[in-house]
Amino acid sequence: MYMRTFSAAALAVVATGVAAQDGSILVQSTTSTQASGLYDHLLPIFEEETGIEVNVVAVGTGQAIQNARNCDGDVLLVHAQDQEEQFVEDGMGVERHDLMYNDFVVVGPASDPAGIAGMTDAQDAFAQIAEAEAPFASRGDESGTHSKELQLWDSAGVDVEAASGGWYRETGSGMGQTLNTAVGMEAYTLTDRATWISFENRGDFEIAVEGDEDLFNQYGVILVNPDECPSVNAEAGQAFVDWLISEAGQEAIASYELDGQQLFFPNAEG
Amino acid sequence: MQDMGEALQLALALVLSGDPDLLEIVGLSLQVSLTATAVALLLGLPIGALLAITRFRGRDAVLVVVNALMGLPPVVVGLLVYLHLSRAGPLGFLGLLYTPTAMVIAQTILITPIVTALSRQVLEDLHAEYDEQFRSLCLSRIETIRALLWDGRYALLTVALAGFGRAVAEVGAVIVVGGNIDHLTRVMTTAIALETAKGDLALALGLGLILMAIALGVNAMVQAVRLTATRAAHA
Amino acid sequence: MREVAPDLRGATPALLPLRARGLTLEIGGKRLVDGIDLDLGGDGITVVLGPNGAGKSLLLRMLHGLIQPTAGEIHWGGHPLTTDVRRRQALVFQKPVLLRRSVAANLDFVLRGRDGSARRRALLDHVGLGGHAAQPARQLSGGEQQRLALARALATEPQVLFLDEPTASLDPASVLKIEEIVRGAAAHGARIILVSHDLGQARRLADEVVFLANGRLVEHGPAARFFDNPASGAARDYLAGRLVV
Repeated sequence: MYMRTFSAAALAVVATGVAAQDGSILVQSTTSTQASGLYDHLLPIFEEETGIEVNVVAVGTGQAIQNARNCDGDVLLVHAQDQEEQFVEDGMGVERHDLMYNDFVVVGPASDPAGIAGMTDAQDAFAQIAEAEAPFASRGDESGTHSKELQLWDSAGVDVEAASGGWYRETGSGMGQTLNTAVGMEAYTLTDRATWISFENRGDFEIAVEGDEDLFNQYGVILVNPDECPSVNAEAGQAFVDWLISEAGQEAIASYELDGQQLFFPNAEG
Repeated sequence: MQDMGEALQLALALVLSGDPDLLEIVGLSLQVSLTATAVALLLGLPIGALLAITRFRGRDAVLVVVNALMGLPPVVVGLLVYLHLSRAGPLGFLGLLYTPTAMVIAQTILITPIVTALSRQVLEDLHAEYDEQFRSLCLSRIETIRALLWDGRYALLTVALAGFGRAVAEVGAVIVVGGNIDHLTRVMTTAIALETAKGDLALALGLGLILMAIALGVNAMVQAVRLTATRAAHA
Repeated sequence: MREVAPDLRGATPALLPLRARGLTLEIGGKRLVDGIDLDLGGDGITVVLGPNGAGKSLLLRMLHGLIQPTAGEIHWGGHPLTTDVRRRQALVFQKPVLLRRSVAANLDFVLRGRDGSARRRALLDHVGLGGHAAQPARQLSGGEQQRLALARALATEPQVLFLDEPTASLDPASVLKIEEIVRGAAAHGARIILVSHDLGQARRLADEVVFLANGRLVEHGPAARFFDNPASGAARDYLAGRLVV
């Protein structure tokens, strides 16, 4: 009976085992690029040109990097430059390329309890939120957005750990979930512009702060090192990276618009 | 609450349009969860039956553990399976992470305790009724188990449904080991999570309604089979 | 009545005579069966009589190996109660335990392919259920269910057939049919040991009587002698319908 049970289980496994085929790669990605619909725009173009199928796992930047460190992916596409450089330095990545940028914005309820609407200095705005003890929803998930936010608090001289659970609320989830939470409890939050533009559950939320150099959001792309991870499909992965930073790929990125707004600005060094 | 009406409209429109993406996602949901249920039954029923008919030292402790495992958090199961199937993990060489097979494995682990614990309860009651007669007939343990499984088959259908329901509704495990990859590992629950993250609550809810309708359909089908067959087999 | 069971008289190795010595059963400090010695010969119908709580059903279960006695020894034809011995016995319970399957499938369950459908048909005809083969067993009437249980017991061709109050709570017509089947089985060589609290049934069926009271064997002898001239006061009280305490 056990033998039969085992073989039946094995059969079931085989039957559903649609493992990634040869001509496909797996991208460990940040959420904003998926939630904003960028991949739905880019990937069909790339697949058409090369016949390479691109599968995307969209998680926070921290988790994406960790997954790539476990060799669970061929290409890493995230937005936390320090961590990306560390990743390459550790030998896990072949080379890091600037890919594109957009910017972060601080969004909040129309009632604007901290009175920061229209400010252009993110550091001052953050200090003012802390002073007013106005609710702030943080990703709290070690994502690229989260590390950017922590930098801002740091430079504003605010110790958010002390306020955690008070006005400072860490959702520990993705950008979309955090936006849902922020809207639900009328809290400010930091979001990348792409996710914000494509986000549909905005309620009465508006952009309060934008345009600060500090809010610059750089995306990078890295091929996972096949020497460290023999499972990496280096050829197809490199083809994807090369295409993204090529003229064609950069144009494709620039041409993605939502509601008439460009979401990502290509800046690969050509 | 305007989302509710919009969700219902969206759900209907999606279903009526026969959207191929939706069909693919629904199909994969059913394929993964039905396979997981089948494997969980193959594993859980014999174990449940064995627990039902045997008495040994430490049996109570085993029952407590099995019952507790019914409450396994999906995300923990997902994480454990991830750690094993990851390229860096012991089973990484199989290349199963981010495949439907990984999702089947995670859901199987999640619902095998449910199948085991519930079938143990069902079969223990049945065994109490049959025990003296079976011992009089000098049935072996295997023969006893086989007879109990067959005679308890209609009650065990409900057990299977409980397992399937848990599998098809969970998101925590499949999103970690499946990765919610479009056209590859996206199922109803991970699609709902994605639409929620996009803030498209109406579409998320609409998909939720479709998922509930599917679960309802599967349950209704099984119930119909069960009623007809029960009427024919015993009063 | 049709020939169903082969004549088992002289079948080897024979389970009879039965020799039981000092059978005792204690549960929770209470002595429910108390030092019973019992010898049964090779033929006929033995009816075990006694008031409620006398230990009749417990004795039956010990002789069949369903309950382990606390003390005492049982030998069937010189053999201890091995699985092999028990396989040549069958027990019909007061409340028939039928599988949730068709009448035919209940027989197939014990026939296990032996002789196939011809034998199944013969058995069903023998107990008057020939027309019910496809019916769910649990939809039969109480009397029919008990006859199916009897057919299932006979299907294993037992040398010893135990019956534990098989007709309790059945209507007279069903009782009559079942007694007929039991008598037929005895005539074909099955050794019958029947527990009853129905004195009329005992008079109709018994070749010999074992009378128990308070877990002890009080009388054991030919039926005629027991009914006409009981030796003990307990048996006289029981036969007269007085309460035996």
